[in-house]
Amino acid sequence: MSSSAAASGTAEETKTLVNDFSVEIATVNGSGSQTANSVLMRTIFQMGVPVSGKNLFPSNIAGLPTWFQIRANAKGYVARKHDIDLMICMNPETAKEDVAKLPSGALVIYDEPLKLNELRQDLVFYPVPFQKLVTASCPEPKLHKLVKNMIYVGVAGQSLGLDMEEVKKAISKQLNGKAKAIEINQAAVQAGFEWSAANMPAQTRLKIVRDDKTKGQIIIDGNAACALGAMFAGVQVLAWYPITPASSLSESLIDYADEYRKDPATGKSTFAHVQMEDELASAGAVLGAGWAGARSMTTTSGPGISLMSEMIGLGYFTEIPGVFFNVARTGPSTGLPTRTMQGDVEICAKCSHGDTFHINLYPGNMQECFDFAYMSFDLAERFQTPIFVVTDLDLGMQNWASQPFKYPEGKFDRGKVLGQKELEEIKDWGRYKDVDGDGIPYRTLPGTPGGKGAYFTRGSGHNPMAQYSEKPEDYKQLVDRLRAKYDTAKAWVPKPIVEDTGSKRGILAFGSSDPAVKEARDRMKAEAGMDTSYLRLRALPFTAEVDAFLTSMDAIYVVEQNRDAQMLALLREFYPQFAMKFKSVLHYNGQALDAQTILDQITAFEK
Amino acid sequence: MTTTAPSAPTNKLGMTKQDYVGSKSTLCAGCGHDSITAQLINAAFESNLEAHMVGKYSGIGCSSKTPAYFFNQAWGFNSVHGRMPAVATGASLANRKLINIGVSGDGDSMSIGIGQLVHMIRRNVPIIYIIEDNGVYGLTKGQFSATADLGSVLKHGSVNELPPIDPCTLAIELGCGFVARSFSGDPKQLNAILKAAMAFNGTCIIDVISPCVTFNNHDDSTKSYKNAKDHDFPLHELGFVQYSELENVEIPAGEAKVVTFPDGSKVSFRAMKEDHDPTDRFGTLKLLHEGIEKGEFLTGLLYVNTAKPTIHDTTHIVDTPLVHLDQAALKPGPEALAECMDALT
Repeated sequence: MSSSAAASGTAEETKTLVNDFSVEIATVNGSGSQTANSVLMRTIFQMGVPVSGKNLFPSNIAGLPTWFQIRANAKGYVARKHDIDLMICMNPETAKEDVAKLPSGALVIYDEPLKLNELRQDLVFYPVPFQKLVTASCPEPKLHKLVKNMIYVGVAGQSLGLDMEEVKKAISKQLNGKAKAIEINQAAVQAGFEWSAANMPAQTRLKIVRDDKTKGQIIIDGNAACALGAMFAGVQVLAWYPITPASSLSESLIDYADEYRKDPATGKSTFAHVQMEDELASAGAVLGAGWAGARSMTTTSGPGISLMSEMIGLGYFTEIPGVFFNVARTGPSTGLPTRTMQGDVEICAKCSHGDTFHINLYPGNMQECFDFAYMSFDLAERFQTPIFVVTDLDLGMQNWASQPFKYPEGKFDRGKVLGQKELEEIKDWGRYKDVDGDGIPYRTLPGTPGGKGAYFTRGSGHNPMAQYSEKPEDYKQLVDRLRAKYDTAKAWVPKPIVEDTGSKRGILAFGSSDPAVKEARDRMKAEAGMDTSYLRLRALPFTAEVDAFLTSMDAIYVVEQNRDAQMLALLREFYPQFAMKFKSVLHYNGQALDAQTILDQITAFEK
Repeated sequence: MTTTAPSAPTNKLGMTKQDYVGSKSTLCAGCGHDSITAQLINAAFESNLEAHMVGKYSGIGCSSKTPAYFFNQAWGFNSVHGRMPAVATGASLANRKLINIGVSGDGDSMSIGIGQLVHMIRRNVPIIYIIEDNGVYGLTKGQFSATADLGSVLKHGSVNELPPIDPCTLAIELGCGFVARSFSGDPKQLNAILKAAMAFNGTCIIDVISPCVTFNNHDDSTKSYKNAKDHDFPLHELGFVQYSELENVEIPAGEAKVVTFPDGSKVSFRAMKEDHDPTDRFGTLKLLHEGIEKGEFLTGLLYVNTAKPTIHDTTHIVDTPLVHLDQAALKPGPEALAECMDALT
């Protein structure tokens, strides 16, 4: 140990944190650190300890600083931890700042030449001669940059008590069985491990001990989970345009469909995907495919939604199914394209001009990403309208542990579609007639034989028979029916998850805020005896369960990750009678939400 | 199915011409667009087109209103300004058996929608894409479009000082396999082009000069009836023989170049102006550029290439229209999910 700080540690600082700490690794983008970081995270996971990994990356291919945050927590709190317990400094450019932000008592593993130990007296420093270790363990100079990262896996792994057999398994998994790469990386890890065992002072502050809490679980990101849901929902047409952080949703879907959606006889696909020229075209193709009877979707983020909004309005007004996945990032404009935000709540709720309300689904975990993606196609066809599945970068691109997904049994709901036979029996079918009183009309598909069922789809005013109309009564009837249809959806969308503890102090949150809210609630109870009830919203329109929760609470803290309290604005619009009960808990700096932020803000309100 | 008097002649599907009409046009009397609509109806009737298999698409503008005026038994989709190509692309992927007909205008296609048009051509989406080209925005009451000729004068006296975009040279440059130009005042030629397009599998770009009688039909306009008549130079006399009619019609050998379509239909080109080879891409481009220099607009089926793969080939989708696949074909079983989950543990 190079620092005198160890001796000055307080009792609190020297307490061993077993399976409950955070690690941040500062590297350079494009240096291959993602593999090393994933191996570290996966090893902790394989040792049965709940863990999450968050990649904080720049909008850049190579050269800019990047950080990876790992949080291990035996109780399953996997939101970002506010404070870092172990920092691994590999990037000279950010090293000083990285050290400066640490809480007193934190450990720092760093590249020896950086001489970071001179910066602070209240940290515990471990210098590592990375270059020497790299040269010794890897004969190929061109691989040195990549291998250097694996050395810190070995060093940190040894220090934290990771099982080296599990590290090896994780490397093999991460490198997908590529023998040569596995060999080189394992040699590097081994070199780091051996050096650490022989030269680095043992520490007792942070330890990973084998547990059994992740048994049978998977590690997945929300984009892949949504892609799987869409594939099992039988999506037929994907029209998309690349945008961070949504691209990997389409790319995962294309990969999965390549494996599971080919006709075994011909090798041809039952799924068409086209990378369109822009988001305007993606939305157009989604509507064209939905109109013709296919299950269609696109993936995008905020700027894409803006471009699509004219088409989405057309889809709403002409009643065409389509699924729009929005993996939100920090806006407005280009904003922070590789950082997270719940910034598109309002635009997705009301996307387009005129009067529009859309059905929105807010998955809050990996299973829900899968389930809601699957369900969104049923809802789109049932309600003949664009549906939004709204996630964010934190859910979409970060790694999360989850129970394996349950297979979605049952039949697809293809909604109210009339074929040739049904049309022959109906006397006066009209495309936009509300026959059932639920606001949902019956549609037909192009190509239906028999000479009946053809109609003209238009974004201009139309009457129940789908004829052009500018008559005041026709227009009003149409938009009123669309609103009635939206209200019908209340009985079909996922109900919120409500935890009523009897406390009249309520928290309302959605999406990726859930892990931080859970942790904050437990801490408020444990640390301040403050009990809370909790409603996790999972969809728009607001359902009867939301009505009941809001009615029963005295105060409602609306937690969301944006500046303008966008969800609160929607709540105020739909529930003006409760306007005085709402209090806003906001987080909007591009980072994922952490429990401390929620706790601090609610505590301040309660004072 | 016949809705008119029993004496009306029927085609091979037993349909009368009346079965191909649509609602009454609300365009200005004498609008060139209505002549194009009339030829679409004639060509469809004569080509035995299955109307229920037709998807009619349009964007926004006077031209984009016209899909309501033909084929009442077809499904229509009037989308947003310039974005019909993407809508048609999606529909064509969903149901590859649909016969797609898009009607657009020079504003819709050469300004706001030019990006989508370009990429639709590049992907070779099977569609008959008609540009009803009058050099002016009619529906918003007379602004220049991007096809207005340099020096062209509007009714109210404003002069166009920007060079025009030519849809045909653009389409050929992009590798479009069927590029034609015609004039709404030449029903015979237009009819032959439309019938050939109905037999073609791929994107067909048909630029039809269609004078705007209200805003752009005065003597100083280059897109007026008079100017179009004076400067229209048909390259060839087109003959179209549908595959099913081949037995009855003989194309005289040696007199004309004949191009055979993948469905077996034949198009014959009898040279009128000069001996132009419609399968020679560079030659066609040269001829068109020379025509533009001389202030002529050359009409006819300018360029044909029947060998291009369509979007259905490049997306490698099954031969059955995707919309006809049932759940068993679309939803992988529990073992597939189990396999995916195993890979993630």
